Amino acid sequence: MSATMTSSSAPSSRSGYRAPVADQDWRNVGKWGGLCTLALVLVSLIGMPVGLDRRILIHPVLSLGYLSLLWIPLVLGFVVSRHVELEGVESPEPGGRDLLAGALTGLLGGFGMAVFIVALDTFNLRDPLVNWSPQLLELLNYGRGLGFGVVAWIAACSVLGLLGSSIHVIPAGVRRVVSYGAFGLLGIAVLEGAIADLSEGFGLQSLTDSIYANRGGVTVVWSIVLVVIIGVVSMLTRGRFKAAKANYGELQGPERKRASMILFLLVALLTIILPLFLGTIMNELLANVGLFLLLALGLNIVVGLAGILDLGYVAFFAVGGYTTAVLTSPDSPFFAPEMHFAITLVIVVVFAGLVGLIIGAPVIRMRGDYLAIVTLGFGEIIRLLFMSDWLKPYFGGAQGITNVPGVDLGFVTIKGTDPRSVFYLVLVFCALAIYISWRLQASRLGRAWMAIREDEKVAEAMGINTVNAKLLAFVVGAVLASFSGAILVAKVGSVFPNSFMILVSIIILVVVIVGGMGNIAGVLVGSFVLIGVLGGPRQPGLLHEFQSFKLLIYGALLVFMMLQRPEGLVPSARRSQELHQEEFLQDVWLKGEEHEGEEHEEELHAAEASGAEGHEGSGA
Amino acid sequence: MSAGGDSTMAPIGNGDRVALLEFRDVNTHYGAVHILKDVNLAIYPGELVCLLGGNASGKTTTLKTLLGMVVPTSGDVVLNGEVVNNKPISYRVENGVTMVPENRRLFKRLTVKENLVLGAYLRSDRDGIEADLQHVFELFPRVEERLSQKAGTLSGGEQQMVAIGRALMSRPTVLLMDEPSMGLAPALVQQNFDLIQQINEEGMAVFMVEQNANMALSIADRGWVLQTGMVVLDDSAESLLANPEMRAAYLGET
Repeated sequence: MSATMTSSSAPSSRSGYRAPVADQDWRNVGKWGGLCTLALVLVSLIGMPVGLDRRILIHPVLSLGYLSLLWIPLVLGFVVSRHVELEGVESPEPGGRDLLAGALTGLLGGFGMAVFIVALDTFNLRDPLVNWSPQLLELLNYGRGLGFGVVAWIAACSVLGLLGSSIHVIPAGVRRVVSYGAFGLLGIAVLEGAIADLSEGFGLQSLTDSIYANRGGVTVVWSIVLVVIIGVVSMLTRGRFKAAKANYGELQGPERKRASMILFLLVALLTIILPLFLGTIMNELLANVGLFLLLALGLNIVVGLAGILDLGYVAFFAVGGYTTAVLTSPDSPFFAPEMHFAITLVIVVVFAGLVGLIIGAPVIRMRGDYLAIVTLGFGEIIRLLFMSDWLKPYFGGAQGITNVPGVDLGFVTIKGTDPRSVFYLVLVFCALAIYISWRLQASRLGRAWMAIREDEKVAEAMGINTVNAKLLAFVVGAVLASFSGAILVAKVGSVFPNSFMILVSIIILVVVIVGGMGNIAGVLVGSFVLIGVLGGPRQPGLLHEFQSFKLLIYGALLVFMMLQRPEGLVPSARRSQELHQEEFLQDVWLKGEEHEGEEHEEELHAAEASGAEGHEGSGA
Repeated sequence: MSAGGDSTMAPIGNGDRVALLEFRDVNTHYGAVHILKDVNLAIYPGELVCLLGGNASGKTTTLKTLLGMVVPTSGDVVLNGEVVNNKPISYRVENGVTMVPENRRLFKRLTVKENLVLGAYLRSDRDGIEADLQHVFELFPRVEERLSQKAGTLSGGEQQMVAIGRALMSRPTVLLMDEPSMGLAPALVQQNFDLIQQINEEGMAVFMVEQNANMALSIADRGWVLQTGMVVLDDSAESLLANPEMRAAYLGET
């Protein structure tokens, strides 16, 4: 998963000494091998292989189900043989020792899997473990009997572990081509739906028909062709992208402004034109991404800039949705003015702002954990209020409000049945939100928020009215969320309390964290990757097969990001530097001494060697 | 102790100048706990004064009350002749009171420049801010070199410079400093006091709270000693240094 990301820090100057092959860190190998076994068995038992087996990636050979297992020894083989690269500290050149470590890790995993398969065959534990099924056994055996399965897993895992560790050993150029080819092919296979849809729009259906097999998945022949094409392209364009980026970075003044403008226009044009060529499903997906992007941008102001950990953000989403439903739907149980969406929006803004103030006022004086818990509570309270019998005459209780009309623009009506129009509506609001976020970031208020995030007491001492600034962050976030809620309701045509579960808050927060907190580009990438590929709380993404494993993957991703890349996928330069500087300095300090020792040893070796030579020389 | 509660309002050598910042019989409470007890202080233009005292004697509370983070339960805080008890911090900052917090407390993840500009948060005169930035760079050339670096990555001495620079950006007339030498390497402490003296010589009044009584008194004009929330000594720096009780209690002599 993260293989290329971490391997990109290729050693620029190889130090030239190799560690002996048998000099293994056995504990380390044992640890990762054990983890490999655990991960393989866990993934099998949660039903991923069986559940995802229907989605074929490369026509007859590889399904998503198998991939869900096979990546584990590959990545762990890579991890076990990884050296920490430290500035000023030489590490041994990767070689046979690392290959062995990777293969051993895979082997351990394979053994574990073999034992698991045998156990699967002998015992029946289906009662507590639902996925302990004959289908799983069949799948793990490749349908060819127990013996084949055992041998195949041991062999496959060892080879994959070896492959994973070989990533360190092969030259950087080859590694680049191979990883681009592999990830490119994986991307093409995973994004099959989107690509097929897009090519249909451009009239290239015949091409995709030949690339993808009937039952889905890239055909074997095309897989090879594609890998070759991507590899060649990556070789040809090697360094170009970086150079272009550097060039852009060096531009100054009006030139840079012009370049940014052109770039911006290109992207804007693409986002406007592309949906015209996309089908209903893809447009629906894009609209969902947009809705969540809007939410994430709002939360990014609250959490990323002002540092207020709001776990009840869904409340404002709900307020926007319900206000719109009540004001526009003829079926609103108590008060049904059937207003136009545009007028409704104004009232939505006012309402959301007010609710932001009402919830914010008591909450804002708290800090850290307390604030998070209290907002979490408020988020639930709002949902329960809409659900309650007490307010049922006004909001319809659990039945919600239905029959919400679309947005009538005179020449066209924006409705859920036409997701393309919804996407354009969302696009307008996202553009607005991005503009607002961008301007706020560089403004005096933005600076005040950042100061509060860093040190509230000192911010106060600088004369910043911290209570007002924090309330304002809360209100701006609330308004952006309410827009999203209003559009969602107009799109779906109804509103129910259960669309506003706590899960929505959590997922938006994960989007912001995984993308990169306090960073607009990060939030954009986060929404596309998480909502677009994995899917939202109820909205399917490109990998709709993952529906039942979505939360698990969200959780795993969050843990992984917090440990390995706390600055997010697209870190602002600021965050990443600050987050890694400290550990880096510590590392140098810690490893420095150890290394001195090594160097000393090396000198001894060298002295011995020259001594031996001298001896030989004199003997001859 | 000698001066006790009857400390007079005629500090040594200030004639009838108007105080910049004053405490008149200030009492403060945290809940039921009585912290400051009838404290009288006065800071005059251009002075370098220090407040000494042991732990929990109310030094930091005094600072917080001066800046407006704590509101006195009785008595008045007077700024330029005006009672400002209920005025917010922003009002006092706008009118020339600024604090350099204990341990510097820079905004670590923001750049040095952002830190400095935040010091001028309440000002809107761009040219003036730019001029003051230049002034800070003149005082601390090192700061200019580090302008786009994150404040948290600076060394302790540099952080102290940025902290003082940030305070100067609001164009104060009184600089309140909370334990300026705390957490600094011994070699930097002297440098730090030189710095404070230099700023003071430019005409800025400095009010510092210090544990390092010897050092503080060596550069200060006057000093107060606070004990369990009461001013027990109020004298010129030389007299305080010479005061045997003072020497015994705070300068570690027997």
